[in-house]
Amino acid sequence: MKVVIDAAVCDGKGYCKRFAPEVFALDEWGYGEVLVDEVPPEYEANARAALEACPLQAIKAV
Amino acid sequence: MSSPLRVGPLRNARLLDAEPDGTPGPADLSGPEIIEIAEAAGIRGRGGAGFPLAVKLRSVASAPGPVRYVIANGEEGEPASVKDRFLLRERPDLVLRGLELAARAVSADRAYVYVSDPSAARRLAAKRGDTPADIPVDIPIGVVAVAPGYVAGEETAVVRAVDGGPALPTVKPPRPWQEGVCGAPTLVSNVETLAQLALAVRLGPEAYRGMGTPESTGTFLATLSGAGRAPGLYEVPYGIPLRELVTAHMGTAAGVTGLLAGGFAGGLLPASALDLPLTHAALARAGSTLGCGAFVLLAGDCPVGVAAEVAAFFDRENARQCGPCVTGTSGVAGVLARLTVRSATVEDVARLERWGAALAGRGNCATPDAVTALVGSLFRHHRDLVDAHVGTECERCAATDVTADTRFRVSWEGS
Repeated sequence: MKVVIDAAVCDGKGYCKRFAPEVFALDEWGYGEVLVDEVPPEYEANARAALEACPLQAIKAV
Repeated sequence: MSSPLRVGPLRNARLLDAEPDGTPGPADLSGPEIIEIAEAAGIRGRGGAGFPLAVKLRSVASAPGPVRYVIANGEEGEPASVKDRFLLRERPDLVLRGLELAARAVSADRAYVYVSDPSAARRLAAKRGDTPADIPVDIPIGVVAVAPGYVAGEETAVVRAVDGGPALPTVKPPRPWQEGVCGAPTLVSNVETLAQLALAVRLGPEAYRGMGTPESTGTFLATLSGAGRAPGLYEVPYGIPLRELVTAHMGTAAGVTGLLAGGFAGGLLPASALDLPLTHAALARAGSTLGCGAFVLLAGDCPVGVAAEVAAFFDRENARQCGPCVTGTSGVAGVLARLTVRSATVEDVARLERWGAALAGRGNCATPDAVTALVGSLFRHHRDLVDAHVGTECERCAATDVTADTRFRVSWEGS
């Protein structure tokens, strides 16, 4: 599983990092950032939870 | 301000002299044959990224149809480049021939020419009436005109604009070859790249590779500006030293103290870069990019002031979409502007370096990456000068309004 954040949609709510800190971080300005090229299988559930939780729906699984 | 444009080949004109009449057209070649020629000739994209054309053609050709599109991208967002405008105004037949060949290569159902230059749009609209006679395949060609803008020529912005939306970049993936116009596989190719395809078909791959290097084949169009001279457009074989090009333009390279490479995408280079060969690999090794082939020559300009001016341009011209780019670019431009008026602190300089690095890859298009290249190159080549701007007034910076529309924009009214 790969994930990507639509930077034009992300508003820096921070849900992604809260649900999957292994996969997402917040950058210098508080916007979401993907940490990994490929989501390790053990963190896929968290990544999906983050994807669903994002209020802006800015995360896509690709 | 508009200046006359000097146009000339270095060593040998191929593209600038090519006649589309007599060039094999789509009726003479199959799609796979055209892709084979592009591959054997080693054509790389002339829009900025230098991506192999054959790979792009093959991706679109093999993507599941049933419908496919091709777009000739003539929206030249780089303010220091004029080559695409020149081709569309002065050599539109060659571009259209390349577009037809690309359409045949990917079995496209419809083709578009995407432009922002009103003069080029008029020229193309007038041409559409008389092209069908020498277009042996029935590919309808539409002209899509948009307002000019730095991000408007980015491939996903192109697709969005052709679809009737705003010319703003979208998140990738999908890339246009996967999902482009109306969701269908779409080839978006720079107009010079398409003209080069027509040239490669005309010359044959072996003769095409007769100029350039094995890694960067053929010739390319370079725009030179700055250093108080009228701008020039040159057809240049890849691989010649930058110094030779600069000398042809200025008579001597002696007064050149540095340059901006790759339009505004490659950041600053010092005068020692004049010894670089003009290839994608050499410019990348120098931490820059050949980009769209535009070089702004600096003759005594303060690099900090130049960086401030370019950053102010990015602050004005970014898409205002992606949070990190909008916020980070504004921060970078702010510190650089303050450095030019001696009001930045040591902490500001530390922030400038950190923000510059943090912007890499942080947007839907490559604008934040261009800011990263700019700031990184400023620290790499001119760290002492940056530090000196904290406590000392710079006379060169004081003489320039870095927030005005950039003096590095090349205007050319043309014919």
